[in-house]
Amino acid sequence: MSEAKDEFAIRVRDLVVGFGRQTVLDHLSLDVRRGEILGLVGASGGGKSVLMRTIIGLIPRRGGTIDVMGQPVDGAHDRSTAATWGILFQQGALFSSLTVRQNVQFPLRENLVLSQELMDEIAVAKLEMVGLRPQDGDKYPSELSGGMTKRVALARALALDPPILFLDEPTSGLDPIAAGDFDALIRTLQKTLGLTVFMVTHDLASLNTVCDRVAALADGKIVAIGPMRELLQSDHPWVRAYFHGKRSQMLQPQMR
Amino acid sequence: MNLEPLLLATPSGDGLKLRPEGPWVAANVSALETLCRSVGADLDRSRSVTLDMSGISALDTLGAWILEKLSRKVSSSGRSAQVVGVPDHFSGLLEEVRQVNRHTPAPTAAPNPVLLRLNDLGKATIDAREEVATFLQMLGALFMAVIGVVRRPRSLRLTSLVYQLNRIGLQAIPIVALITFLIGAIIAQQGFFHFRRFGAESYTVDMVGILVLRELGVLIVAIMVAGRSGSAYTAELGSMKMREEIDALSTMGLDPIDVLILPRVAALVIALPILAFIGSISALYGGGLVAQFYGDMGPAIYIARLHEAISVTHFEVGILKAPFMALVIGIVACSEGLRVKGSAESLGRQTTTSVVKSIFLVIVLDGLFAVFFASIGM
Repeated sequence: MSEAKDEFAIRVRDLVVGFGRQTVLDHLSLDVRRGEILGLVGASGGGKSVLMRTIIGLIPRRGGTIDVMGQPVDGAHDRSTAATWGILFQQGALFSSLTVRQNVQFPLRENLVLSQELMDEIAVAKLEMVGLRPQDGDKYPSELSGGMTKRVALARALALDPPILFLDEPTSGLDPIAAGDFDALIRTLQKTLGLTVFMVTHDLASLNTVCDRVAALADGKIVAIGPMRELLQSDHPWVRAYFHGKRSQMLQPQMR
Repeated sequence: MNLEPLLLATPSGDGLKLRPEGPWVAANVSALETLCRSVGADLDRSRSVTLDMSGISALDTLGAWILEKLSRKVSSSGRSAQVVGVPDHFSGLLEEVRQVNRHTPAPTAAPNPVLLRLNDLGKATIDAREEVATFLQMLGALFMAVIGVVRRPRSLRLTSLVYQLNRIGLQAIPIVALITFLIGAIIAQQGFFHFRRFGAESYTVDMVGILVLRELGVLIVAIMVAGRSGSAYTAELGSMKMREEIDALSTMGLDPIDVLILPRVAALVIALPILAFIGSISALYGGGLVAQFYGDMGPAIYIARLHEAISVTHFEVGILKAPFMALVIGIVACSEGLRVKGSAESLGRQTTTSVVKSIFLVIVLDGLFAVFFASIGM
């Protein structure tokens, strides 16, 4: 039993989430293994972000259980959960009144007792790990480009070295080169820090290059899960439409 | 996993062998810092240092950085630092940490405090000049917009104007009436209390009438509108600016002044005199109630005294000021809104500036009007 617990970073069982009369997630079950990068695809408005936000406790659930690192999540936010996961929000969600350095230091300052000197060094280390220069630390979020904002947000998400990293459309709004760099960065960090990454994305290229497994969400359920090549062979009509649609076909030659 | 981190130091010859053990992770950071400080003296004394990593059970970036800092401290003073026994699963992280913090920018020298003050003063002067320029620019742009509307009356955004009138005029009536009512009542009470000593109670009515109609009615209402509607204008326009809505308008060939600002300022200019009128009446009513219940002066006498004490001139003096005050509030609120930059903090700052500045200008304007009316004998 304990082995099974250790194997999975996130276990979701029979999750039901809805708003008013609408049911968004209908008895959904999903396992994320430790140390893998899981990509989640689904229609716009189909509940991908809802699933992510439910796991991290921002949205209350109607039923089902969620275990993260072997511990049940009950939706309450306390300091201990902050060290369990780092979250990269779609728009970065950097605190606009703090500099980049202060943004990265914020989780450290709030959760740990450590000297300012060490905190500065850690912040610079994190910024360099995500590919920024130490000088960028004094900028304010409004002075950053889209790609830099994402990198800073990633550095902040990794500030406490959480074992799990949630990414909400990490490459949206980036040009293909920046998106490719960002994918490579996530891959590198995942390897060095031994992270489990849960990634919501529409970017077929990043699904193909960085994700170990891909889960497809349709009709409030996970309809297919597996490595990319298995998903390409799936019979589910929505999954077929997603991966074999006109837009996807343009990327197919190199996929096959 | 729950073990405390340790740092075992064993001297070997003129060297030092350091063996970190246990979890070197962020959660134990204060213990880690203490450990490193405790070996500091030994570290300075020994010629070579060997770091044996094999005892570490858990390691994250923070722990790796603290260890890297130890070995860097040794090697920077020309001594040899060796790292041995790195477990395979930590080697990537240690390698990564070895690359960072190599080029710490030189700390900028603290600037001369006198120069800093002078710099601030200069900046403030330039800012003040810019603020006057923005005000005049907005006034000019509004003037042009009004000329445009006079030429082509159909171009007036009537729906927007009516909506704004409802919001800042109609919906403000209850609170404006309540507050001016209380102010009128308080003035009357004070008048009766103090004038009674000289037997001059009946002059309280003169005081209430003149004060309310000439000055207080319009001033209180203008200050309330600046706080209630001016701040709303700044916040609205500011968040529209932040979300690029104003840029979107411009790219569609529409002038934000015509679409957003003119209806708002025009609504203020129309609504403020009306609110000032309602406020004045409400203050006089409050004074009347106090006269009856506190000053033993019946309504008939109060009205008769009021009739003698005040003239239409007093009312004109008050109400003539209202549109100008409205214009000042509107221009300040809108131009501060357009000056909002990307951050939430900037929105808050501009909103505060908008309210403070418009209240200040309203009072200054009131003073200028007092001088003006006195010199033309009104």
